[in-house]
Amino acid sequence: MKNVSVLIGGKAGDGINSAGALVAQLLNHIGYHIYLYFDYPSLIRGGHNFAIIRGSDESIGTCWKTLDFLLALNSETVEKHRDKCTNETAIISNADQVKSAGQGIPVKAVLAGVNAPAIMGNSAIIGGFARTAGIEWNVVEDVFKKHIPKGVDLNLKVAKAAYDQLETVHPVSRGIKPPYPLLTGNEAIGLGMVNGGLDAYVSYPMTPSSSLLHFFAEEKEKLGITVVHPESEIAVILMALGFAYTGKRSAVGTSGGGFCLMTESLSLAGMAEMPLTLLVSQRTGPSTGLPTYTGQSDLHFVLNAGQGEYPRLIVAPGDAREALYWSEVAMNMAWKFQIPAFILSDKTLSEGTYSVDPAAISEPERGDSPRWAGTAPYLRYADVPGGVSPLAFPGMKDAVVRANSYAHDEAGITTEDAPTVTRMTDKRLRKGGMLADEMRGYPGVSVSGIPGSSTALFCWGSTKGVCNEIAALLGLRVVRPVVLSPFPVDQLKEAITGVRKLISVEENATAQLAALAERYGIVADEKILRYDGRPFLPDDLLVKVKEMVV
Amino acid sequence: MTGRQIITDTQNTWCPGCGNFAIQHTLKNILTEIEQSGKSLDDVVLVTGIGCHAKIADYLNINTFYSIHGRTLPVATAIKLGNPHLTVICCSGDGDSYAEGLDHLIFAAKRNIDITLIVHNNRVYGLTTGQYTPTSPLGFKGKSTPSGTAEYPFNPVELMLASGATYVARGYTKNMELLKNLIKEGMAHRGFAFIDVLQICATFFPVADYYTPRVYELSDHDRSSFEAACIKAREWDYSRDSLIALGTFFQRSLPCFDDTMAVKGMEQKDRRQAVRDLLLTKS
Repeated sequence: MKNVSVLIGGKAGDGINSAGALVAQLLNHIGYHIYLYFDYPSLIRGGHNFAIIRGSDESIGTCWKTLDFLLALNSETVEKHRDKCTNETAIISNADQVKSAGQGIPVKAVLAGVNAPAIMGNSAIIGGFARTAGIEWNVVEDVFKKHIPKGVDLNLKVAKAAYDQLETVHPVSRGIKPPYPLLTGNEAIGLGMVNGGLDAYVSYPMTPSSSLLHFFAEEKEKLGITVVHPESEIAVILMALGFAYTGKRSAVGTSGGGFCLMTESLSLAGMAEMPLTLLVSQRTGPSTGLPTYTGQSDLHFVLNAGQGEYPRLIVAPGDAREALYWSEVAMNMAWKFQIPAFILSDKTLSEGTYSVDPAAISEPERGDSPRWAGTAPYLRYADVPGGVSPLAFPGMKDAVVRANSYAHDEAGITTEDAPTVTRMTDKRLRKGGMLADEMRGYPGVSVSGIPGSSTALFCWGSTKGVCNEIAALLGLRVVRPVVLSPFPVDQLKEAITGVRKLISVEENATAQLAALAERYGIVADEKILRYDGRPFLPDDLLVKVKEMVV
Repeated sequence: MTGRQIITDTQNTWCPGCGNFAIQHTLKNILTEIEQSGKSLDDVVLVTGIGCHAKIADYLNINTFYSIHGRTLPVATAIKLGNPHLTVICCSGDGDSYAEGLDHLIFAAKRNIDITLIVHNNRVYGLTTGQYTPTSPLGFKGKSTPSGTAEYPFNPVELMLASGATYVARGYTKNMELLKNLIKEGMAHRGFAFIDVLQICATFFPVADYYTPRVYELSDHDRSSFEAACIKAREWDYSRDSLIALGTFFQRSLPCFDDTMAVKGMEQKDRRQAVRDLLLTKS
């Protein structure tokens, strides 16, 4: 496996995220698969931000500790990340801020030389990096022209001045693959929703879901979607249900705390049988927790949220490509069965950046409910065999469309009649059985690594990348349920056939997936848990898994 | 559907003498007129909360979204955004719109979404059998405040003026002609129409004898004047004794949220192409 790893760090407000994205595009344009991890505290100015950009000749979703390049906008960056450097690590620094570390670029002088504003300082660092790595100038030109929205020419002048000052001390060889689209997990989730027919996205800002709200708000005209940011998450989910009532496919996005506020209306969606897609992107909890760090501690919350009993779909994609696919599946299942469908993400996936091979994007089958045939009276909750009543929407001729949060009869009129309540509950739950049947046709459990190995890492969501690398090194199997509700018990039992040691790897303190599987008689033998807000790094996980395997 | 039976066969469980009958009857008459004017009731949607008022969702034979307590306005807002051709009416209670869902009320006014809100303001929780609400008078003795409330009510008319509502009115269930005019005006108004309806709760707060001698209809009132509206709104604070103005306090024309926010949808194949095009910009 050929790898190159770059860390760029500075103060919050230094534009580390966008500089990191440009470094990622440079590596993308010289033939690498990309994974970018962005680490930042919950503040606007000051504090330490950094991005690690890793290129590889294989598809990846994690970063190793050791760096090939350290781009330091300030001296704190050098101090904080010294432990990741070796004798081979090339350090490129802002010489105005950092004394005697690697190759220094006098950023102020470079800017003054071409009459550029301070905001363009990062272009000098990126130009310096390109030279140090031996990336041809025309690649820098291509990337800047495509990915810098304003002032390209002046940014290029700044980059060129720094490019010409430095030496190629750590040449990076070219890969063979063409540049792929680089998507954050949230962008991939959003585009999957759009492919699934999204008409309206409603969200209240909450890290790490907010970047999807921003993305949609920016692209809404191009994608033909209405985007609303209302007063609270309570209003968010209610608006999504209002859209669904008119026949518009809607989705919401939030994180744990915001989802707490949504649970009342999640239950409404269950009772009123409103199709609804929800992105819940986890961060470290409980409560405000670590707002900008990751976690996988909301699985049981999402599984059980909302009073009463009603079916739900939960999918947890492992990277951007899977996010595109499964978000579309979620939209379709929400409408096929008139249920809430969750995309359960986390900070690592939502805000990480991945290469997505356009040829590898698969298109799931469109899912929708049957439509009312038009013969009045319309029964919104017609008790049909599969439980999925035909849909009509207000405005359709002769349809009286009744959504109701109370127990109701087939027409949607409130009832307290005991036999009707039982019958309508059974009707709703039948949809759960239909959903479980339907999901058997989807790849709900992923098996990777060495499928014949008798030791398996048992994980879910964004730890896909790190588990796959450890498994490849140690010759292990990776078993990863992507569908978490309805629980794919048959697929999982097949996936662990021949496994003698099942090692649960999760970013929570109580091994929530392992606890869920245990209900179905599948017991993890060992647990490796991390719950400090940081994603597993392969370096650390390797050591821990080795201890258990030997 | 034309010539439809506007009241359903569902058994009515409001108490005898309940003010909700007057509101339902008024809506029935308005719906009948809409139909007689040649428009279809297929395009009318009623959204309700939870409480005695909300049973109207079961009683009216039109499209309804029987939501949860306090949660009418965001649903109604999105229905209007989702299909701007629909006429969207919200019926909610004072517990709904003034307590549990107060934030939604202020934001609906602030956004000027083109819907009509009728607040069945009986100033008491009826369905939960008699607790105080945000508009109960100071000292109100209810089941949760047996020695009397220790808080002043707020004035919803004044609150709506401050929040930017573009149509603000107050009606009374014992003046049905005026009530009908106010609701019709509110529905004709492009923007957020707010109508606080003083409604009699026959069981827990039967104050018709108090209201009837004190109410009067606004006349010689310039509804385009915000200052005049504020003065009239403050005349009665929902607690101390005074005359009670009925009618339209304020009206003005502002751009509507539904006009500015809704993005034109796309055919699904065009959306897929838009996704492919967007992916190209990411490499």
